[in-house]
Amino acid sequence: MNKTLLILRHEFLQTAKRRGFIVMTVIVPLIALLLIGVSQLVSGIARPTVEVMTIGYVDELGGFQQYTSQGNITLVHFDTPADATEALVNGDIKEYFVIPSDYISNGVINRYTLEKQLAASSATTTAINNFLTSNLLAGKVPEATVARIEAPLNLVSTRLTETGAVAPEQGGYGNLIIPFVFGILLALSIIFSSTYLLQGLGEEKENRLIEILLSSVSARQLLTGKVLGIGAAGLVQVVVWAISTPLLLNLASSSIGGFISTIQLPANFIVLAVVYFILGYLLFSVISASIGAVSSNSREGQQLIGIFTIPLLIPLWFTSLSMLFPDNPVWVFFTIFPLSAPVEVIMRLGVSDIPAWQLVASIAVLVLSIIGILLLTIRIFRTYLLMYGKRPGIGEVLRNLRSG
Amino acid sequence: MRNWEEAADMLAVEVSHVAKSFADKVVVDDLSFSVAQGEIFGLIGPNGAGKTTTIRMMMDIIKPDSGEVTILGERLGEATKNKLGYLPEERGLYKKLGVLDSIIYLASLKGVDRLSAEEKADELLNQTGMLPHKGKKIEELSRGMGQIIQFIVTIIHDPQLLILDEPFAGLDPVNTELLKGMLLDLRNQGKSLILSTHQMNEIEELCDRILMINHGRSVLYGNLAEIKSRYRSNSVLLEFEGELGEVPGVTEKRTHKGYTELMLDDSTTPQQVLAHLMSRGMVINRFEVATPPLNEIFLRVVGKAHE
Repeated sequence: MNKTLLILRHEFLQTAKRRGFIVMTVIVPLIALLLIGVSQLVSGIARPTVEVMTIGYVDELGGFQQYTSQGNITLVHFDTPADATEALVNGDIKEYFVIPSDYISNGVINRYTLEKQLAASSATTTAINNFLTSNLLAGKVPEATVARIEAPLNLVSTRLTETGAVAPEQGGYGNLIIPFVFGILLALSIIFSSTYLLQGLGEEKENRLIEILLSSVSARQLLTGKVLGIGAAGLVQVVVWAISTPLLLNLASSSIGGFISTIQLPANFIVLAVVYFILGYLLFSVISASIGAVSSNSREGQQLIGIFTIPLLIPLWFTSLSMLFPDNPVWVFFTIFPLSAPVEVIMRLGVSDIPAWQLVASIAVLVLSIIGILLLTIRIFRTYLLMYGKRPGIGEVLRNLRSG
Repeated sequence: MRNWEEAADMLAVEVSHVAKSFADKVVVDDLSFSVAQGEIFGLIGPNGAGKTTTIRMMMDIIKPDSGEVTILGERLGEATKNKLGYLPEERGLYKKLGVLDSIIYLASLKGVDRLSAEEKADELLNQTGMLPHKGKKIEELSRGMGQIIQFIVTIIHDPQLLILDEPFAGLDPVNTELLKGMLLDLRNQGKSLILSTHQMNEIEELCDRILMINHGRSVLYGNLAEIKSRYRSNSVLLEFEGELGEVPGVTEKRTHKGYTELMLDDSTTPQQVLAHLMSRGMVINRFEVATPPLNEIFLRVVGKAHE
């Protein structure tokens, strides 16, 4: 078998057998499952009780006699606040409110309750709101108009294509979820894979195995085998996550409701996700390899690679900004800048369309960066892989690259 | 496949005018030497002399700035790597990997298929008494045991040329003898061995020829016996019965435990002394032209360079 393939297979198996790798692969879906479970539990507890609730009211203004049944809430009239307080203390009513005589001029309603709470529940507020509106408008406008005044807007948006037909892919917040989750997973997977590469190189450098390896294979074979082997393991991880996501979302839809079923992914999403995982991983792995070659141990290498992972994560920090201002030129920069491109492109796909030229530019810049850094890395690899002492300074590395 | 005779003529290693510098420091400077097939060649020199760099250039781990390295008649390349076995000075293996898996993986990188590697590994583990540890992880082994495993990795692909950097360091006397026996066996099978060590007694015991380098340059090169005679201090070692008395040409007598060393003046040869003693009818149990130990030569040569 080809030596590069042998190294690839070895690195793939060793990575896939790592406890950390298995835990990461399994734990991400498990954590998601746990979160769904917790949210289901919470929403189950918080679900409004179906039993009829009774609220008292004192009408000091007058004219509020009708519409005392609002859904599950029944409103009971009291003559004076003292009567209402007594009923409240006795537990006959949950709470009561007073409509003061100057209500029309300032809109103030005084509410009294025994419970400690941040604010009145939305069910109560809606019930009181509709009770007041209905009574205020009673007899003045038709019933149907009252209903419209209570809920005037039910917005249904449809996106059209340039030809005027209904676009197959509609926007909306639902569509942001999968790109956002995927952006996070992509960043995690790229960071973990390149960390494994760094750790592996660090270990081989520390225990001097690198000399035996390089006396058997070339630096290029070693580098290619390692990058592809660990990358293949990372791809398996991403695929496991990608497969488990729809299953989990189905589970989740029972608690979050029909929201998830409205999600439609851009048609090119899966293709671009795979392309950007591969390119992003390759970029970070060649960077890791050169860092691994110059740093004296794996701990030092991990600190250095940290600097490069910051741009990768930037698009995640600015999610809300990119939702609010999807057309800002800053996003174009992050789309084309190679370190941030993988996550930025995936995130932007959920928010808006990306012009084709930006995608082409982004992929081209990524590919060129990978090739450029790879060529540098092979040089650095040969020079520094066998130096165990002090980590060389940036200046020294550059000098050696020029002379080497 | 070459025929045997041609192969025997071919040099195992030919290094000609090789130089290498790192940054601005010259590490190896115009170095030339050759190693024949079926010999054990000693590579010695003080720390930082350029031994490891020279070895790495022979292994194609690093490329020389100038000069040429030929291994087994071929220019260095990926194809020659399978014929080389290298035991680096500082060693380690994948700690979490099993003994057999480590051997098989590293053997596969030398072009040995899994089945033959497994077979050969069993044989070598058995020969070194390591068979009971076959299923263990590397991190469970003692330092010496790890070293034996590493030696097995070095020879499992039946290399034509072996380069061993301090192979005896850290081994107990039993394992040292075992290793020496295996090295001599390999030599007798026609393999070439390059031994780099600071232990001069090992060199004297095993090597046919040596190269001593200092500051990246060759300072001593050739047959070990010839080098020793070149550095001999015109004296003879003598074990005898009876009285020695006056011997012409002897300037000084030093009595050691069990023997006497006679220092000769410049015009006297050991043969003349022997003839004189024989003519006196003395009973002589041992007569030896004294050669200095390699250690002393090493100190003299390196010391001179330091002055």
